[in-house]
This record gives sequence, C-alpha cells and structure tokens, in this order.
Amino acid sequence: MPEAPKATANVVLEATAGPEDDVVRVGYTAAAVDLLRELWHRHGPLMFHQSGGCCDGSAPMCFAAGEFRTGTADVLLGTAELTDDDGAVLGPLELWISREQFKVWKHTRLTIDAVAGRGSGFSLEAPTGRRFLVRSELCAI
Amino acid sequence: MTVYAQPGQAESPVSFKSRYEHFIGGAWVAPVKGEYFEDVSPVNGKPFTEVARGTAEDIEAALDAAWAAAPTWNASTVTERAILLNKIADRMEENLETLAVAETWDNGKPVRECLAADIPLAIDHFRYFAGAIRAQEGRLSQLDEDTVAYHFHEPLGVVGQIIPWNFPILMGVWKLAPALAAGNCVVLKPAEQTPASILVLIELIQDLLPDGVVNVINGFGAEAGKPLAANPRIRKIAFTGETTTGRLIMQYASENIIPVTLELGGKSPNIFFDDVAAQKDDFYDKALEGFALFGLNQGEVCTCPSRALVQKGMYDEFVAAGLERVGKMVQGNPLDTATMVGAQASTDQLEKILSYLDIGKQEGAKVLTGGERLQLDGDLAEGYYVQPTIFEGTNSMRIFQEEIFGPVLSLTSFSDFDEAISIANDTLYGLGAGVWARTGNTAYRAGRAIQAGRVWVNNYHSYPAHAAFGGYKSSGIGRENHLMMLDHYQQTKNLLVSYSNSELGLF
Repeated sequence: MPEAPKATANVVLEATAGPEDDVVRVGYTAAAVDLLRELWHRHGPLMFHQSGGCCDGSAPMCFAAGEFRTGTADVLLGTAELTDDDGAVLGPLELWISREQFKVWKHTRLTIDAVAGRGSGFSLEAPTGRRFLVRSELCAI
Repeated sequence: MTVYAQPGQAESPVSFKSRYEHFIGGAWVAPVKGEYFEDVSPVNGKPFTEVARGTAEDIEAALDAAWAAAPTWNASTVTERAILLNKIADRMEENLETLAVAETWDNGKPVRECLAADIPLAIDHFRYFAGAIRAQEGRLSQLDEDTVAYHFHEPLGVVGQIIPWNFPILMGVWKLAPALAAGNCVVLKPAEQTPASILVLIELIQDLLPDGVVNVINGFGAEAGKPLAANPRIRKIAFTGETTTGRLIMQYASENIIPVTLELGGKSPNIFFDDVAAQKDDFYDKALEGFALFGLNQGEVCTCPSRALVQKGMYDEFVAAGLERVGKMVQGNPLDTATMVGAQASTDQLEKILSYLDIGKQEGAKVLTGGERLQLDGDLAEGYYVQPTIFEGTNSMRIFQEEIFGPVLSLTSFSDFDEAISIANDTLYGLGAGVWARTGNTAYRAGRAIQAGRVWVNNYHSYPAHAAFGGYKSSGIGRENHLMMLDHYQQTKNLLVSYSNSELGLF
C-alpha cells in the first residue's frame, strides 16, 4: 500500500480507504464534523454521495444513510467513524462517488469542509445556513 | 447606459415584499409549519426578503389544489391554453424591466442579460408553445379497410418541476410553458438560492391563471423537493441540477413508475480550427467573442463553453487575441446595463469556484489571466465576484473534467481533427459544444462527431425556441425548448377501432 498522502492540516477525522481503493483520500475538517454531529442527532445515520455537473455539482451531498441507492456504478471512497463531541461513537459515515467520476478524481485527496452557504440539491444541511464543500489536494496514485 | 436603482429604492422598477408565501390554488398561503427563510442578494450579499419554507404538508396542499383544478384544465381546449400562454407573454413583455431587475437582484446576473436574453426568451417561449399546441395533431393509421388506430394526445394530469438557480425565470418557463400547453397542472419548486423572482412573475400573472393550475412551493430540497419528487400524486417530474440529485430523483420516480426529464450539466468543448485565423475579418472577431463567452452569466450555465480547444497552427496568435477580448469584459454592478459579468449566485458558489482555482493551480495549470476573487468597492464589497480566469492545461486535469460553474476557462491545444474530437468527447457529459471553422465540411463533420445534444456551429450561447436542447451521456434525459418537449408532458391514447360488422373469427 502506498504511503498515505500528508493530511491537510485542518483535517480532524480521516476515513479508511474503500474496498476498491488503496489510498486514504477522505478527511473531514472540524467544521464539517460539527455539522455532521448536528445532522446525525436530527436525522440519524448519514452518508455522502459526491455530485458532479450543473449548479450544485461537485458538492458532496449528505443524505440519511441508505436514502441514495448506490450500486455497481459507484465506488466507496472511504468510511469514517463519526464520534460525538464527548467521544461516544455515532457510527460509520460512508462517502461514495460515481465510478465514472472517480476515474477523473482519483489523483486527488478530498477534504470535506463546511462553509456558510445555502443549499445544494436534497442535501440535508441546506436549511442550516452552512453547506458541505469538497477541497482537493493532489495525491500519488 | 443606465444604472438601475436597487430594489427597495424609490426609482427601482421592482419592489419586493418583505415576505412571500406559497402560491397554492390561486392564493398566497402561509406555510403549514409557519417557517420562512431569508433570500440574500448576491449583488451585495444582504438579505432582501423572506420566503415560505415549504414542507411535505405544503406540497400536499399544492397537490390537492392542482388535482382539484385538473378535471377542468386537463380538458381545456388547445385554444384556451394558447390564449393563456399568449396573455402571460404579453403581461411579461409589459413588465420587462420589473422582471429583469428582479432577476438580477435575486441571482446576481447582469441586468443587460436579463433585458436582452432571459426575459425576452421566456416571453417567446410562452408564445412558441402557444403556437405549437395549436398546430399539434394526433395521428391515425388505417390498418385495414375497416380498422383504424387513432392516437390522441392527453395531458398527464399533475406534474412536478424543480427549477435551478442559474436562470430562475427562464428555466422555470422552459418547464412551465410546455406543461401548461399540454394541459397539465403544475407544482413547481424554485431553487432555494433564488426563490423570489419567480414569485414576482407569479404576482404579475396571477389574475390570468385559473386557480390551482400553477402552484409554487418554495423551500429546501430535502424538506420540499423530496416530498414533491417522491410523491405518488405526480405523473411526471422534471429537474435541472446536478448528477447526484438527478439520480436520486430517478430513484424516487422508479418507486412511482413515472417519467423523468433531467438536465444535469456539462463540460462543453469549444473547438477552434486553424482556418478561423485565415483572415482577420468579422468572422474572426465573432470567433474571439465565442472564445470569451465562457464569462456569460458568470459561467453559471450548464452549457458554459468551459473547455477551449484551439488548433496548434493558430494557437499563439488566437489565444493572445482571445485574452485581449476577455480583458474587455466589463465586470461590476449587475444593475448597470454596461456590465457584462455580474456576481456569482451565492457565497457557497463563490467558495466552490475558489476551490477549483486552487486545484487548477495545484495540478500545474498555467493561469493566463484572472485566478482570484474580485473585490468590488462600496455597497458591492460583500458581493460574490470572481475574475474571469483562463487556465492553460491538459484535458485530464480536474478543471477540464468538472463543471466549475464560474467564469473559468480551461484551455488546451490540438493537432488535427481526430485529436480535437477525442479531447472533446473525453468527458462524462454531453450537453453543449461549439465548433468554429470556415470550412463547412470540417464544421459539419465535427458537429456530428461530438457526443453532445447541442452543437453550436460558428456561434454559441444562443437558445431560441424550436431548437431542441438536452444532453447525451451524464447530461440528462429529454429535449426542452422544442415542441418535442410536449411528448414529455403528454400521454398517448390509442383508440383501436373496428368499423366492420363481421366477426373476428377467433372463437
């Protein structure tokens, strides 16, 4: 397994690599983790699917776990163990991407951040006035 | 040139209300849960109104109203429908400036574009479908001497429509006009980033609309969009947006076995062949304008020509002239009719574009111009502005593969026809493309070889009604902007009739 790329300084939660991937490529910032905890308490277990295309494309979409049906057309990029602010385990948080989009993203490491903003498709954070944003860094493949 | 006053000021042609309700059954109805959300103008980054925050309860009320109106409207004559659409068009035309300034304030786009494109195109779209529905005929086939198959067009009933924020009124009308022409009642959810301008339009036309035929519910995707898209009481769902939500909407539609139309974006190649530079004439200038059109609507267009492919024989000179042309884009106050490039639609859109400027630089793309946020002065200091940016790089870079939805051009070169087509088609998407060549054979062959639903040849960013618009590959399903969209809003009834008195002879 290649050495994991250097984590972005502000990553506080790292995902383990998905089964089809040998690179640790998904991390979450503190702002993202805070927002995820809030959403987890309100909606229960969560998942991400990374979008592409028009308008809100390229946004990581956050859904109730299982709301978005993944299949053979998707790749699991990573699973993070989300904990509450007191350290209690909330559960696994998967991040998926379509297989065709993965092909053009696979040389990058993704950091999920949360910024002030409004809405993105059916993503659960839209009403909070914050939204998830993916930041990318090059990584070895 | 004119600088329009900001909405709320005395001289402004538009005055937003401080609060907007849902539009259900011909009336303004408060949301069941009583909650509202702020609408922020990207021009100055400040909230200017609040809008009802819809939930499943409001969607159900809208569907009740739509189905109550359906028996009458579904059975309306095509003449009645055409009259309604023409009246709406006339009313919009009488209020062009109001709608244009409202659109600019909600979305951030330059009012020049709203006055010349968005609103006139929307007006024409209603008139086009008013004509199209009058001219539509059912078909019949005579199967034998005494047997006839009649094919009638029937409305679907009630349909759902989810509208994007980049052309709030025009994209709303692209969906509304064919749905109404086909005799359907509609529940429409605008984008939560731009909920207000469509409501200004509805206020202007509400006296023309039969109660319940058009219903507008605002709100967030998970709270209002899902209860609409997943609802067993809609007969079709139309969506413009991105791929993940598009797939999710298809998943919901599969549960109810209803059709979908989707428009999901692109990464459109704009190909310039060497012979463009054979003469430095009007056509050359037109091609340079085509090169610069990635800045139209701040790049927030699904068909943004965001990949420029320039042939090597003229690359240096053409790109130098193109950069000069890009330098002449006037960016600034969207309410100034001289402004060509306005504000990005939202703060998160701004953040996303900046994240792509970062990844482009990391991947080693060379910044030929721009590359930063643009800071304006005074009241616009908090607005969301980005410098028109050109990256020179290669097609495998993420800035060449993903829709940035900003005024960002990814530029590369090619040697010959085959390489141009290979690069052009090396993308997940297939919505738009541009081909520029003086040789008709080259332009034709390139246009046919590119896997995209719309290829502009020696022009770009034109959206006339009666030219079909829709995507190949991951760009979606369906063709809008053309009478073929009527098919997506109609059921086919086949009446198979025997005029024979003879037995079939089977039993």
